[in-house]
Amino acid sequence: MLALFYIFIGVAIGVSFWQITRILDFRGVIANDKDNSKQGKYALYFMVFLYAMMIYCLIALNVLMLPESASIEGEHDDRLFDITFWLIGIVQFFMQFLIFYFTFKYRGKKTNKAKFYADSHKLELIWTVTPAIVLVVLIGYGLWQWNNIMDLSDEDAVVIEVYSQQFRWDARYAGEDNTLGRGNVNYIDINNLNTMGVDMSDVNAQDDIQVTELYLPKGRKVHFQFRSQDVLHSAYMPHFRAQMNCVPGMTTEFGFTPKYTTEEMRQQPEVMAKTRGINKIRNAKGEELYEFDYILLCNKICGASHYSMQMKITVVEQEEYDKWIALQPTLATVLTK
Amino acid sequence: MSENHKETFVTKYIFSQDHKMISKQFLVTGIFMGVIAVLMSMLFRLQLAWPDTSFSIIEAFLGPHQTDGVMSPDIYLALVTIHGTIMVFFVLTAGLSGTFSNLLIPLQIGARDMASGFMNMVSYWLFFISSIIMVFSLFLEAGPASAGWTVYPPLSALPQAIPGSGAGMTFWLVSMAIFVASSLIGALNYIVTVFNLRTKGMKMTRLPLTIWAFFITAIIGVVSFPVLLSAALLLLFDRSFGTSFYLSDIFISGEVLHYQGGSPVLYEHLFWFLGHPEVYIVLLPALGITSEIISTNARKPIFGYRAMVMSIMAIAFLSTIVWGHHMFVSGMNPFLGSVFTFTTLLIAIPSAVKAFNYVTTLWKGNLQLNPAMLFSIGLVSTFVTGGLTGLVLGDSALDINIHDTYFVVAHFHLVMGISAIFGMYAGIYHWFPKMYGRMMNKTLGYWHFWITIITAYGVFWPMHFIGLAGLPRRYYSNTAFPMFDDLADVNVVITIFALVGGVAQIIFLANFFISMYRGEKATQNPWRSNTLEWTTPVEHVHGNWPGKLPEVHRWPYDYSKRVDADDDDSDYLHGEDFVLQTTPLLEGEEAS
Repeated sequence: MLALFYIFIGVAIGVSFWQITRILDFRGVIANDKDNSKQGKYALYFMVFLYAMMIYCLIALNVLMLPESASIEGEHDDRLFDITFWLIGIVQFFMQFLIFYFTFKYRGKKTNKAKFYADSHKLELIWTVTPAIVLVVLIGYGLWQWNNIMDLSDEDAVVIEVYSQQFRWDARYAGEDNTLGRGNVNYIDINNLNTMGVDMSDVNAQDDIQVTELYLPKGRKVHFQFRSQDVLHSAYMPHFRAQMNCVPGMTTEFGFTPKYTTEEMRQQPEVMAKTRGINKIRNAKGEELYEFDYILLCNKICGASHYSMQMKITVVEQEEYDKWIALQPTLATVLTK
Repeated sequence: MSENHKETFVTKYIFSQDHKMISKQFLVTGIFMGVIAVLMSMLFRLQLAWPDTSFSIIEAFLGPHQTDGVMSPDIYLALVTIHGTIMVFFVLTAGLSGTFSNLLIPLQIGARDMASGFMNMVSYWLFFISSIIMVFSLFLEAGPASAGWTVYPPLSALPQAIPGSGAGMTFWLVSMAIFVASSLIGALNYIVTVFNLRTKGMKMTRLPLTIWAFFITAIIGVVSFPVLLSAALLLLFDRSFGTSFYLSDIFISGEVLHYQGGSPVLYEHLFWFLGHPEVYIVLLPALGITSEIISTNARKPIFGYRAMVMSIMAIAFLSTIVWGHHMFVSGMNPFLGSVFTFTTLLIAIPSAVKAFNYVTTLWKGNLQLNPAMLFSIGLVSTFVTGGLTGLVLGDSALDINIHDTYFVVAHFHLVMGISAIFGMYAGIYHWFPKMYGRMMNKTLGYWHFWITIITAYGVFWPMHFIGLAGLPRRYYSNTAFPMFDDLADVNVVITIFALVGGVAQIIFLANFFISMYRGEKATQNPWRSNTLEWTTPVEHVHGNWPGKLPEVHRWPYDYSKRVDADDDDSDYLHGEDFVLQTTPLLEGEEAS
């Protein structure tokens, strides 16, 4: 019924338009000098609005942005991002100026004549070659960094499997031998707590440790391997500039080296400013206060609860990490219970 | 084709084989689908700004998929899925390219109709059927497809994973398969027509840029749409016949499924092999339309005609070898990531050439700021804004951290969504007199333009920032993460702009439908344009030109040509600031 009501309102608006045009005499179709002059000025006003909004957002929303990279590999991402952003920012401000200023400046008049200017090889060469040179820099730096990120050859890395399902994350540490035991959905045995489908006949699996929260040692490379048991998920760790899809039927990889512990991160001015802002809002709503934590969230549409699928990540010093991992039970002890 | 055979209502308005009528059919169907998609976006913007708040409009339209005026997460995903599908395919592919390719190809190359009027009719009716199926799927009990417009398996393959992957997904696939057939038939027709039916003197180098754009678009469509069809069919097989093209090792709802050996990454490759060129299938016609309108209304030749044609070709070629930039984090080999980064960033070069050429065309022009011209200028603006952020996204190292966030949503909405819709609006305002023999009202057009561009930037500029804050797209709400709490205000502002922008489209609809019946009668060449379509009579005739076909003697951009090429103050060579393509060269006149 309510839908009919809304449709009725729509029809009523349409009919009233029809009536209004009857009264207003629906004429005036081609821009004359007066229109050109008016619209040209509006273009200029719009340019002012556009600049104001762009600059306002750049300044006022800056506090909402992610803090500096919490991984060593991510440092270059931040630098490359800054370079790219400055570059496109300058081009954006310059181009928008030309577009709307020209619209204003050359607004038509009966007495004016347009310049017949069809071609200039020199100009075209300039704006083909200039972007090309700039791109060489961006592509070069980008590819170098891409190889950097994708380099997972560090033998000393902590090997962790991140495992996704609708709608939760689990993780498995490789244990003493730093080698993960085989996994496949066929080994899943919910009754025996084998929720990640680990093949317990594999010797490497015995010392594996299954957890629901990630602890990472600061300053050591972490080598993630991702698996999914049902649909695509994506492990997104924005603070570390890290993301990789979890694909059923195959294992994907990613790696980074945490740079700051969670505690250190909480003391960063950027993070503190953002946290203050968030807590002001939470305070007003009477919700419990927020404290900064690293987080892994799902970033590939995976179903109804996609929007809440997450796992906490804590980065600690190596000694603390060693203490923590020593307390975790191995799969061999958990699953034979 | 006889010029005075008897026409009934059915052959004239329904099963018409006349390209002008077919183009109007495409346009009206596209507008209808557009209204649905805009309405959907307004509903989910309500949810994003005010989650858990009750709205009677949500109660009214979502019926069983809401409780007390709050939509369910499943229907939220369905809304974004169908919004994307309808906008990309039904509005901006069929509605834009279908309308203007059909209208302008025969008219601007001087042909009596498309190469095959019958296939053209079939193309429209297949599109119509696929639209019906897509709309019908909205009323299914479990809801329409809801795995995102990219419908990645396994989510789209398993009804256990999400309710929309039941019958809704089957409808989606069938609808898209028919849509692909429609597009292919249309595109083949366009290509053949441009190759074979150009009138005397209409060399390829004298084609208006609109035709070049439609022509190249049709070629990209023929190259890439079949791949989508195969992807959809294989998905259909996986869903219905138990094959394992995309599925392997799946445990869901407490059991291991039988699928072995497939890979969702294969689907991603197949999908994006169409999916990326699709962006240009949407955008190039808009750029073609813009080139024509800017030149006409600037009373100046388009700057760098050859460079424009070459950059269209370069973009088209590159568009077929960059699909992997949607898959940097898909788990494919990192080496491929390097290759796709390289090819992707190269697209910036022809794009930059186009943008600079537009600006140079405006320079020292005598700009007639008609609504169509404003929308074209708006397109250049949003194309630049959206295109530049492509440099961030196309760089694999940077993409990792903003992949699938709202930064991407902002980027592609500006560069292909808003830009293409601006191109479509520009085209409608400009060629409305050719389609309906009447003019659209300019005052409403101005209101429509300014509200639309302000709200478009108001929606999508701030959206970049919530993406940079790390907020993933396709989240039903961001209340599950305290770290996103401070984005709530931005979301409210975006939604307000979106609602105003959405409602403002009523101005356009009113202008469009009222002008159709009550608009001022059009003159033969209202914009004083050079191209051939303005040499046809205002009242449509079968075969377009009553007598002989026109003969072409020059390129389409001889605006403001002077007696003395080096003297801007000298008189117009032909007495007027435009010269129809049918005007022979004067003695001693140099062809441009």
